[in-house]
Amino acid sequence: MSFLKRFAENRGALLGLVILAAIVFVALAAPVLSPTDPWATQGRPLLPPGSDFVLGTDMLGRDVLAGIIHGARISLWIGVLSTVVAVVIGVSIGALAGFFGGWVDDVLVRVVEFFQTIPSFIFAILLVAILTPGLTSIVVAIAVVTWPPIARLARSEFMSLRSREFVEAAVLSGVSRGRIMLAEVLPNAVSPLIVMGSLMIATAILTESALSFLGLGDPNRISWGYMIGAARTVFRQAWWLSVFPGLAIVLTVLAINLVGEGLNDALNPHLKGRIGLER
Amino acid sequence: MRPQRTINRWATGLAAAAVALAVSGAAAQAEPQRGGTLNSTLWPEPPGIVIGINLNAPTLLPSTKIFEGLLTYDFQLNPQPMLAESWEVSEDGLTYTFNLRDDVTWHDGEPFTSQDVVYTLTEFIPEVHARSRPTFARAKVEAPDDHTVVLTLEEPYGPLIRSFDAIGAPIVPEHVYAGSDIRENPVNRSPIGTGPFKFSEWKSGEYIHLVRNDDYYLDGRPYLDEIYYRFIPDSASRALALETGQVQLATQNDIELVDLGRLEAMPHLEVTTKGWEWGAPISWLEMNHRREPFGDVRFRKAVMYALDHAFIRDNIFFGYAKVPTGPIHSSSPFYTDDVVTYEHDPDKARALLDEMGLTPDGDGVRAEIGLLGLPYGELWDRLSQYIKQALGEVGVEVTLEASDVAGWGSRIANWDVDMSTTYLTTLSDPALGVARSYITDNQKKGVLFTNTAGYSNPEVDRLFAEAASEPNHEKRLEMYHEVQKIIADEVALAWLAELQWPTVHDAKLKNVVRNGLGPNDNFAEAYFEQ
Repeated sequence: MSFLKRFAENRGALLGLVILAAIVFVALAAPVLSPTDPWATQGRPLLPPGSDFVLGTDMLGRDVLAGIIHGARISLWIGVLSTVVAVVIGVSIGALAGFFGGWVDDVLVRVVEFFQTIPSFIFAILLVAILTPGLTSIVVAIAVVTWPPIARLARSEFMSLRSREFVEAAVLSGVSRGRIMLAEVLPNAVSPLIVMGSLMIATAILTESALSFLGLGDPNRISWGYMIGAARTVFRQAWWLSVFPGLAIVLTVLAINLVGEGLNDALNPHLKGRIGLER
Repeated sequence: MRPQRTINRWATGLAAAAVALAVSGAAAQAEPQRGGTLNSTLWPEPPGIVIGINLNAPTLLPSTKIFEGLLTYDFQLNPQPMLAESWEVSEDGLTYTFNLRDDVTWHDGEPFTSQDVVYTLTEFIPEVHARSRPTFARAKVEAPDDHTVVLTLEEPYGPLIRSFDAIGAPIVPEHVYAGSDIRENPVNRSPIGTGPFKFSEWKSGEYIHLVRNDDYYLDGRPYLDEIYYRFIPDSASRALALETGQVQLATQNDIELVDLGRLEAMPHLEVTTKGWEWGAPISWLEMNHRREPFGDVRFRKAVMYALDHAFIRDNIFFGYAKVPTGPIHSSSPFYTDDVVTYEHDPDKARALLDEMGLTPDGDGVRAEIGLLGLPYGELWDRLSQYIKQALGEVGVEVTLEASDVAGWGSRIANWDVDMSTTYLTTLSDPALGVARSYITDNQKKGVLFTNTAGYSNPEVDRLFAEAASEPNHEKRLEMYHEVQKIIADEVALAWLAELQWPTVHDAKLKNVVRNGLGPNDNFAEAYFEQ
């Protein structure tokens, strides 16, 4: 069965893909869909949904819909970017540890464990606070707290592949270690990593929202978490300020999770239906 | 405004009148009852609780219960007795004699004497109290006996009589501070004062706990057993705590102004905007004149034109503010509105920027600057966001910078900032609370709430200096009007709003706001009706 066919067999995954595609489209087309600055005052403050503004206005008369559209860019961008950084760190360390074993493995596993013993969200808050809130510091913080599980996964994959015949053959024929790792082992280990990476994007988006909610977001960029955080004081007067960005987060994270599951089914057919991924 | 000469007459009449007033006031109300715990919100957690060493707003609220001044002030800012039971000002306005109470002891049991007052005014305040330093530098302070203090001036100084409250001149114990490094003295974390409440505990991140001073010099007072100042970091939770009765008092920034209407409607809560008369706070956008383009008056004017002050008043302060016209608060007797005003006019702003040569680049950006917003909560965040947006409209791209309170203070104090938002009490007399932000002499690097913007105009310096020591009220008025005209025309600071702080308290809590110091009163008289 082809990859696409296996993926399409999972109805949920298809639905997730459609939603995700829509969100990505909104994020990419944000300057066209909502050409004005999302921070700009557009109307009277605290207008309820309906009226001139589909999703209402916030305390400074800013359009909530524009905030959600532009917020999609930041949420997805931070989600993808921090995951890429985490995957690069995690796979490099995991690969080295799993491939070489011995003392290299011992040392690197200790390092991974060190990071895993620190409560990840608290650690992220600490990092952002020290680095002063901004796009880069948030990406760094999320990457730093999320790479250890990837490293563990990469390590176990590399470890089991290391003893396979094709790797031994490559070693005997004198191919360099680096080349073996990149060209022989990595392609065979990549499917579980892709699945895990896709799910991590969802986690990263949630973490960014939580940081922004606490006021540790980039103060110059509108994000869903920030919108909820800024609106929580007026929740009783203006529910729409928190509810719509909240729905946007739920929808995005749900869509990514569904797609991740579909990828899992498609890439690891023998695990089909099993959700217990190491996280 | 009363003429200088009558002040001495208060010495005989006022103390008695005050006592009579207090008695008649008490008779009109129910008899105060002993007991009870007052829980108040306090946000943000202050960096310290010794007034003078710290002058941040959240420092003052707990600290004014521990430390007292020689005098306190009523709603019209007339002096009332506190540690001094009577006082006398000589005919020529050069000699101030204070007769101190002889029944006061410090919280550690030592007796309070005139030596403590001399130490405070000549050592403590000059060393740490940025705001009162210039006031008391004018006076020679002597103690002819244990319970008398005499201040001698070289020239009259009108504002002096309104400088003896617990905030402007908190009296500290000489036996604790003498010979020590005042700022580093360990007692600063558990201060010793004369007030009706003693410091008990400061639980970092949770609360400051004060307990009743059983040896307080006023019979039967204070009525309350203890006060908790609780740090509740989220304004929605603070409002909820008031609603549910977990706290009985919140003031200043503590409650989101948008919540006030709802709280006011609750039968168990009362809201008042009285009690900040001593402060007359003005919020402004400070531009660092030492950096380009802020040194150019055209840029500062452009900023004023770009901001919609009515929007700020109505939508950020929800009507709990007035539009300021310049450096002096409209409630001050020295105020004039006969100054240049800046209506919201983005086109004028753009024209001024064009004239400066700050033309828009391909993205419509004329200048890029940073804004360090006051980190006192959501309201101030929204103010920063509004400024960013309003200036963005005329092509000035603002980057918002985030910080905690300590970082905010240290960056402004060390002139390491483009623009910042703040608010400052302008106090009862321009010489006390206004001049400090504009005179060249008061550019003191490292000290917050000085002329950190770096504004400098010799004419303004001269007018402030002469007005401070001018005995004739009419002449002072004239000089202060002139100063307002110059400063408003040069936009030394971009004034944003005259603040009207609400105080929300449980209806059962009485005597919370009973004079011009409002919630910064010592609360000796506050009590819970049962």
